[in-house]
Amino acid sequence: MNSIYLDHSATTPLDGEVLKKMMPYFSEIFANASSMHSQGQKAAEAIEEARLQVAGLINASPSEIIFTSGGTESDNLAIRGLFLRLCPEKNEIITSAIEHHAVLHTVQDLEKHYGAKAIYLPVDGKGRVNPADVEKAITSKTSLVSIMMANNEVGTIEPIEEIARICKLRGVAFHTDAVQAIGKIPVDVKALGVDLLSMSAHKFYGPKGVGALYVKKGIRLNPVMTGGSHERSLRSGTYNTPGIVGMGWATKIAKDKLSWHMEYTAMLRDALQKRIFDEIPDVFVNGDEENRLPQLLNISIKFAEGESMLMFLDMDGNIQASSGSACTSKSLAASHVLNAMCIPHEFINGSIRFSFGKDNTMDHVDKVMAIFPQIVKKLREMSAIGPDKPAR
Amino acid sequence: MYSEKVIEHFRNPRNVGVIEDADGVGEVGNPVCGDMMTFYVKVKDGIITDIKFKTFGCGAAIAVSSMISELVKGKNVDEALSISSKAVVEALGGLPSNKIHCSNLGAVALARAINDYKRRNGLPYENIPEPEDVEEG
Repeated sequence: MNSIYLDHSATTPLDGEVLKKMMPYFSEIFANASSMHSQGQKAAEAIEEARLQVAGLINASPSEIIFTSGGTESDNLAIRGLFLRLCPEKNEIITSAIEHHAVLHTVQDLEKHYGAKAIYLPVDGKGRVNPADVEKAITSKTSLVSIMMANNEVGTIEPIEEIARICKLRGVAFHTDAVQAIGKIPVDVKALGVDLLSMSAHKFYGPKGVGALYVKKGIRLNPVMTGGSHERSLRSGTYNTPGIVGMGWATKIAKDKLSWHMEYTAMLRDALQKRIFDEIPDVFVNGDEENRLPQLLNISIKFAEGESMLMFLDMDGNIQASSGSACTSKSLAASHVLNAMCIPHEFINGSIRFSFGKDNTMDHVDKVMAIFPQIVKKLREMSAIGPDKPAR
Repeated sequence: MYSEKVIEHFRNPRNVGVIEDADGVGEVGNPVCGDMMTFYVKVKDGIITDIKFKTFGCGAAIAVSSMISELVKGKNVDEALSISSKAVVEALGGLPSNKIHCSNLGAVALARAINDYKRRNGLPYENIPEPEDVEEG
């Protein structure tokens, strides 16, 4: 039975074309891109071409792209880099309760060890930050605002343009974690007016272990990784040439195929959502159906637990998805995102996320629906909670 | 991440259901992860003649419930009470360390069901406290 992979928000498969473009840089063109000799310069040229490609996807200048090891490092560089440059004079950070842990744990670390004072803005029931809350939270001591472009669990797209406008008016730098948005929706840093933007290649059919931070011209950061002064001294470390080349081509393909990808994955997602609503009672969508990533569906199946649903889908159908249930997390904490959206605990544990990609087909939707209603029925029959027996 | 035995019990859980005229009912909600478990026991001459459970929870929680029901069926109530959560984990071929608390949950639900039976029958009984926090295994 072939795998039916519906977890593209976790990671995507590497595009075959991208892999081909990467291959020479593992072998023939192996030299250090910082070396002066001809072989080193070949690698350096490939990196500069990739920088052009990445900049092209988000309408930035190549000199505004800093290559990193991925989304987490980009978030760290943006947040730590800005904060450490501006503190202690400016020691306040404004972020939201639904950020990825790469942002949340970084901000918490700055609170614990560097005297930061953080404000975690709430979201509404659909996971949207209110720009007016950002406006109210900014003071003369605010060092930065960091609000994600699109949420990884529920796919809610945040009002980034409005928040960026407020930050600009108040003279505060604005970072957005766009790891989930890149390749899924159009992202134009100039139109949006953001100062810093994180991206990660493996979320859009590029390789793992490589990402980038857009740093708008004029924005000054402290480095996090120090060493051989790579990337304008903002990010030292020998260039991951194959990874960077792969990221470049992945952005090129993402740009060319964006409209198709949006339309195609939304068609599959909408079909699955409709069929779940038609065939399984007591379900509701988590997120904002009007402002949502096109390829993502987060749905709570009342009185069925997430990990158990995932296990049955995997074992019986070779179908891979994800859940915000406490049971699926190493720390046994239910999703902080759904919690911030005030979803009741037992329905967080019943949440399941399907995220589509370019290689999925309508047949995959059919295969999910061939087994999913029975799985839910079985788990509900076994469940200690139900419509007539609520959780304690 | 799960042993074959856990998967087997998860796929084919024994003794799922409700006993309408149960002699004892024990319920527990996990303070750590929000799982819920209810055990129903039927007791005759101090022997557990039937046991059923309902569980809202992960694969481990379901497998633990199923294994406990199998281990105690036909046993004397006091013998059943002495089965430790560790023994349940062992019978399941182990559990991942972050799932050990599921076995405590099962032990508490069973102990509550048996003590409910004792209370109803005028026997000395105990109020079983909430399960302990995650015990790293």
